[in-house]
Amino acid sequence: MNTPTLTLPAPGARRPHPLTALAASVPGSVGLAGAVLLFFLVAALWPQALQTHDPLQMDLAAVLQAPSAAHLFGTDQTGRDTYSRLIEGTRQSLGIGLGATALSLGLALLLGVTAGLGGRVADAVISRVLDVLFAFPTLFLALLFVTVFGVSVATLIVAVGVGTAPGYARMIRGQVLAVRGAGYVEAARALGHAPARIVRQHILPNAIRPLVVMLTLGVGQSIVWASGLAFLGLGVAPPSPEWGALLDAGRSYVTRAWWLEVMPGLAIVAFALSVTVIGRHLQDRLEGKVGRP
Amino acid sequence: MSTPIDAPGRGGRGLARARLLWQGLGAVAALWAAASFTFLVQTLMPGDRAMLLINMAAGNLTNPSPEEIAAVNARYGFDDPVLVQYLRYLGNLLRGDLGVSFQQHQPVLAMIGEQIGPTLTLAFSALVTAWVIAVALTLACTAREHPLSRAASALQVALATIPPYWIGTILLVAFAVELRWFPVEGQHSLAGLVLPTLSLALPLAGYLGQVLQDEFARVLEQPFVTSARMRGMGDLGVRLRHVLRHAVLPGVTLSGWALGKLLSGAVLIEAVFARQGLGGLLVAATSARDVPLVTGIVLTSAAVYVVTNLLVDHAYRLIDPRIRLS
Repeated sequence: MNTPTLTLPAPGARRPHPLTALAASVPGSVGLAGAVLLFFLVAALWPQALQTHDPLQMDLAAVLQAPSAAHLFGTDQTGRDTYSRLIEGTRQSLGIGLGATALSLGLALLLGVTAGLGGRVADAVISRVLDVLFAFPTLFLALLFVTVFGVSVATLIVAVGVGTAPGYARMIRGQVLAVRGAGYVEAARALGHAPARIVRQHILPNAIRPLVVMLTLGVGQSIVWASGLAFLGLGVAPPSPEWGALLDAGRSYVTRAWWLEVMPGLAIVAFALSVTVIGRHLQDRLEGKVGRP
Repeated sequence: MSTPIDAPGRGGRGLARARLLWQGLGAVAALWAAASFTFLVQTLMPGDRAMLLINMAAGNLTNPSPEEIAAVNARYGFDDPVLVQYLRYLGNLLRGDLGVSFQQHQPVLAMIGEQIGPTLTLAFSALVTAWVIAVALTLACTAREHPLSRAASALQVALATIPPYWIGTILLVAFAVELRWFPVEGQHSLAGLVLPTLSLALPLAGYLGQVLQDEFARVLEQPFVTSARMRGMGDLGVRLRHVLRHAVLPGVTLSGWALGKLLSGAVLIEAVFARQGLGGLLVAATSARDVPLVTGIVLTSAAVYVVTNLLVDHAYRLIDPRIRLS
């Protein structure tokens, strides 16, 4: 385990520029992860800047070509450029991931905070409900929603959002309960502050802080789940180059054209790994390193 | 979780029995709640279920007469008040009747029974494999200043993040398609189980390894470890005999939770390797909107989860006899 070292600037020395200091304090892996995220952000907002081909342009003379200089990630069964299609799909994939995470955390916040602050009855009821929701595997719950409401982007967001909410709700409940018992809340109560003010000023801000980390990690996991659903053929309709849909489309060619399956997966993995690295870095910064090297 | 320690002696067995009864009741209540939840979701289904059924049977969009719709409604009881439908649903569940598939007109329970075997085999072998990998890595790497152990812990973070279906695809392409070490489709052979098991086990091993190692590192600092070392015990002996047993506890709790993850993962892995099992059934049922079959499978998975977690709770007590009551 590393012992934290405190470096004080020599008296009279010039303070480094804040940006330089920030850059120096960030490990290389986090910098790389940030660069990957920036790439995907550009891809989502301005795909034309990164594309090498028209993502819809078929080319029957260049069908199922392996990755090369002309086609970075190869071509599909109609000669479309896989790399450009991946870039085109980024916006939708990230949108679904963000939407599902927002819904999931919104639900979780509502349930978790109510359980943590609503008294014993509310806590008992919500905890039981969460226990029961926990018994359903995430993907099974998501498929149940797809069955009932049919295949659409909205269903995908709801399915992934509801499927992942119980885990976050439990974490938030635990956090609220922990903060409620903290010394400074006790002190505020002893000083005679109104309960509403204690909740607003002390409990909520401290209980919600870990949410930054959860949000970061959650987006990655939501994209993994959503693309999993799409991979099963239950995601967004086929012509869309959403990452999961690309995986699904490449599935029948996997023995002949591995790049159709491996490259979209690589995008998902690169994105999910980057948010995980950044999320863990944030966690270490916000909450201090706990027992992890 | 509060864990009062009961007094040894005659009271112990009676208390144990009471606890078993209490836990059984809890499991039944959880299943009842799960069934109610799936029923609730079904009632939210937009559109007319009778129409859906008729279209499903006809294979295309039809324009059925009111009489036809009424006949279907009467047969499935869609016209009854929701409360009546709910009670009938629960009553059928109690008799082990999960309903009849909309699409294939077979009892859902029998269809699940046919397919659940391979899925449970896959999930269970993945769980065992994940444990073996995680324990081996933990024993070898925790709290050792070695570049390899740093690499191992980075690898675990990566494994826990990578979706199992992508690992599956890579393994399939590399070892079955290119190298031909394993069959591309191995339904009934042990060799065919290797790649699917690994794809499912590796992400879980990543999770499990992180949890085990945190706990392992903590236990390594405990006084009884120091005292064992002072008695002259070797490093490996200390790790195996004293530390592992303690470090394993949070992993056991995690295994119950991991089952849900494994079942979700198994559905995807079965799709990657075109294996038979619950996954194929569930996906086909979902795209056909075969509500009874999907709810039946979802409920079954919840039941498997509830039962497994009862067992995990008991395993926990075997490993740590100090915990008697919860």
